[in-house]
Amino acid sequence: MLYREAGQYKTSYAADAAVFPILQDRIGIAVILALAFVVVPLAVGDFWITTLLIPVLVYALAVIGLNLLTGYAGQISLGTGAFMGVGAYACYKLTTIFPDVNIVVLILVSGFASAAVGTLFGLPSLRIKGFYLAVATLAAQFFLSWCFVRVPWLYNYNVSGAIEVPTRTMLGIPVTGPNATPVTRYLVALTIVVAMTWVASNLIRGRIGRMWMAVRDMDIAAELIGIRLLRTKLIAFAVSSFYCGVAGAMMVFLWFGAAEAESFSIALSFSILFMVIIGGLGSLIGSYYGAILLWGLPFLLRVLPAQFGVPIRAATVEHVQFMIVGALIILFLAIEPGGLARLWQIGKQKLRVWPFPF
Amino acid sequence: MDLLYKIFLDPFVQMGMAPDLLVQTLWEGLVSGVLYALIALGFVLIFKASGVFNFAQGIMVVFAALTLVGLNEHGVPAWLALIATLGVMFVLAVAVERLILRPLVNQPDIILFMATFGLTSFLIGLGEFVFGGEPKTMIADALLLPRGAIELKILGGFVSLQKIDIAAAIIASILVAGLAVFFQRTRIGRALRAVADSHKAALSVGISLEQIWVVVWFAAGIVALATGIMWGARSNVSFALEIVALKALPVLVLGGFTSVPGAIVGGVIIGVGEKLGEFYWGPLLGGGIESWLAYVIALVFLLFRPQGLFGEKIIERV
Repeated sequence: MLYREAGQYKTSYAADAAVFPILQDRIGIAVILALAFVVVPLAVGDFWITTLLIPVLVYALAVIGLNLLTGYAGQISLGTGAFMGVGAYACYKLTTIFPDVNIVVLILVSGFASAAVGTLFGLPSLRIKGFYLAVATLAAQFFLSWCFVRVPWLYNYNVSGAIEVPTRTMLGIPVTGPNATPVTRYLVALTIVVAMTWVASNLIRGRIGRMWMAVRDMDIAAELIGIRLLRTKLIAFAVSSFYCGVAGAMMVFLWFGAAEAESFSIALSFSILFMVIIGGLGSLIGSYYGAILLWGLPFLLRVLPAQFGVPIRAATVEHVQFMIVGALIILFLAIEPGGLARLWQIGKQKLRVWPFPF
Repeated sequence: MDLLYKIFLDPFVQMGMAPDLLVQTLWEGLVSGVLYALIALGFVLIFKASGVFNFAQGIMVVFAALTLVGLNEHGVPAWLALIATLGVMFVLAVAVERLILRPLVNQPDIILFMATFGLTSFLIGLGEFVFGGEPKTMIADALLLPRGAIELKILGGFVSLQKIDIAAAIIASILVAGLAVFFQRTRIGRALRAVADSHKAALSVGISLEQIWVVVWFAAGIVALATGIMWGARSNVSFALEIVALKALPVLVLGGFTSVPGAIVGGVIIGVGEKLGEFYWGPLLGGGIESWLAYVIALVFLLFRPQGLFGEKIIERV
């Protein structure tokens, strides 16, 4: 009744090409953005911001990155964690070399380092596909992890082998480092993520996105209609790695505060891939759902028993959490292989025709 | 020049100078290769029969070994624990067929691949929940596995061979021979090969897919148990094996996803290659290159022969 596009006429090309053609969607997104930018910093406590909201934002950006590659361009990658690591280490080196440059700029620039590395490791995708490509990207994962440990230049020859985030200010307010308040870090992360999501949504609606989808659906047919596979696949790897690199830099600078090679292990790559598939392959909104579900659920499992005073050992919680996440993945795949994004679409369709069944 | 010398000449000079060390390295590579091959074998069995890329094979190895040791710790005698573990692997096979394969039949490969990720996560949680997460010692003595080492005097030096490694190689060969006979000579084996060729054609001649899937997952479970025992006897039973199990992936790439001999040959090549590389070329790069060398070998190999050594050639039609 409330959610329905009847009577909303598109009278200009601009209206036809709008990201959110339905008025209710526009209102919805405005409300969400207002909540995220204004209400959350004022009303939500630091604990929730640091342990729930910032991680979800960081993961969402990485998931969008992998989704562009896997969901839109159809190339599987198991090296996401390593590409995030490249972004983080690049940002660390950049801020060491140029301490005066704005840190937000450096976080974005470090994405380019990651994009270069990603393009390099995307080269095998021209010869191989599917599971074989997944194995090839594992080479990137393990080689880069090894570099993070064995190349001391990357962590400024620290004895600990870890990178520690220095304090950097913007307009006089500390943004990174131990003095930055959670709210500041949250707002910076939110701004970057919203801006990059907007860029991604336009990218996939445009020429590049259509080329990716053509290659995903059938590469030979795509080649026949004049799409250059080499360029398309490499652009996909570059853009995806750029997003992952920025996410990795944000992860260390706005969330962890310090990191070592272990932080960017294969486990991270897998959890990002989980989020992509649970959220829905080839869906931006699904990327958020995947990140929220797979970060939020274990978090709730960890926090809720403690809040209600139920005595459960931490180790037991972790084991049960593994089991529940595993079972949920299987359950979700069985119910809806299209992921949460597909469930969302079905829900919207139901709303549109409500109260009638058809 | 100096660098070129170190890369292309020096390692070979070292090999020539100390042949016993070379043999020792080759042997160690061979042994770890056999274990990679066993894990890869489990992958191949399932991939051939159901087209599922079973990511959970590595964790099935840990889970089987953990069940065996865990039952023994609770006072079950070793032989009974072995049978009980086989029972558990059978239940697992049935559960996988009922709860994962059946609801997901006819889905794209990546969805099934993801489902085995879910299975991995579930088995990690279950194994730790029931038996605890700390590393355990394999009950090698109770299972009548030999221990100690044989010293061979060859090429003017000593080469020491662990008896458990020799046993592992023998058991692996028996397992592969048994599987070959099972595939070639038995009724179920023939049905399995039919299913591997074409699901639809197999269904139309009256082969029950459900039954075949249970059989093949159970066979992979048995292979996992054997691998777990061997691996556990060499180091110990812990979830660290999960990372090692990933090494089975380059093995598969090398050998081809659908070939049993390919898994064995690929395993040995990867095992020997990475031990030689680590020992002779590793110091040049600061050591520890074992962690990624296998993947790079596979990657280089892929560029020249994408279908693997023994894999079926992929033909794409428009």
